[in-house]
Amino acid sequence: MNNWKVFFNGLVKENPTFVLLLGMCPTLGTTSSALNGMSMGLATTFVLICSNIVIALLKNLIPDKVRIPAYIVVIASFVTLLQMLMQAYLPSLYASLGLFIPLIVVNCIILGRAEAFAAKNTAIPSLFDGLGMGLGFTWALTLLGAVRELLGTGAVFGLTILPSSTNMLAFVLAPGAFIVLGYLIAIVNKIKK
Amino acid sequence: MEYILIFISAIFVNNIVLSQFLGICPFLGVSKKVETAKGMGLAVTFVLVIATIVTYLLQIWVLNPFNLQYLQTIVFILVIAGLVQMVEIVLKKLSPSLYQALGVFLPLITTNCCILGVAILVANGTYNGQGLEPSLLTGVIFALATALGFALSLIVFAGLREQLSLIRVPKGMDGMPIALVTAGLLALAFMGFSGIDKGIALFFN
Repeated sequence: MNNWKVFFNGLVKENPTFVLLLGMCPTLGTTSSALNGMSMGLATTFVLICSNIVIALLKNLIPDKVRIPAYIVVIASFVTLLQMLMQAYLPSLYASLGLFIPLIVVNCIILGRAEAFAAKNTAIPSLFDGLGMGLGFTWALTLLGAVRELLGTGAVFGLTILPSSTNMLAFVLAPGAFIVLGYLIAIVNKIKK
Repeated sequence: MEYILIFISAIFVNNIVLSQFLGICPFLGVSKKVETAKGMGLAVTFVLVIATIVTYLLQIWVLNPFNLQYLQTIVFILVIAGLVQMVEIVLKKLSPSLYQALGVFLPLITTNCCILGVAILVANGTYNGQGLEPSLLTGVIFALATALGFALSLIVFAGLREQLSLIRVPKGMDGMPIALVTAGLLALAFMGFSGIDKGIALFFN
């Protein structure tokens, strides 16, 4: 069915991080380790799927002129829900992701998909679009986090691979985020051609 | 003294873009020319200070007394979106020349995460106030310093990219990848400032 095409579109062809270059703040800010990157990706996926479905269902009720504020309210409600759930069940993860959880509201991927996809399609394809885009974002963040963690601390998901003599701390800190992402995008560009 | 430290810390040591990763979208998006970078920096400074004042007062007078802290994210983003629109309308009437300079950048600011990020930091009092109690004054100074830090890094980065556009770059690295690597090197340079705020604090105490 068409739904799978929509799903893989977000996963590979229109990958939000490597191709569309959306949502750069959490991409760079939360990928100091593979686990943090993956958690942030999954958190965004949750909000993306929920907001896509709700907006697809409500699209005929929302007047065209106030649609952007209405979308923002829907997205912000789910982010608040996520904040409460994470505070209750995953407090340590919530603390390590910190400010970036409430900032999912201003992640351009979510508003972008609401406007570009959910506002024009029904609930089921919107669900697949949210899932594809969300998981595309998740694997990109996990990869970025894994590379940074490997170069910076010699481990992936806390599993030590390289000896500590090869650790380059700068890759866990801010400069490494920019440089690794730059090279990953360059590699993706190369593969696409 | 502490106020000067807040400035040094927020502009150089904990630069909002290069070490806190907030406001990356405009940092990468509108940094092709120094002129536009200046406009964006000015617009962000303007809106960030106003948004911080409004959201802080809202937190103190409305959300805290009624125990509505969980509505923070929703309320703040709506207030910021409305505020940006209002600033646009007011500027158009009062100062057409400033409106001309900021005009195109204002709508972009709503989705700039450094505005919401700083508003939440100030309202929760979880920013680095250099030992001062969180209050409206320190919050506003922190917001102003953060915005100046944003403007500084944006303008420096735009200058670098202007030079970069003159040279030939390997094909795969052209465009965003080389810009990101440049930003990484700039962040590395800003890491050299780490610790100077504590040094200055020691020096004066």
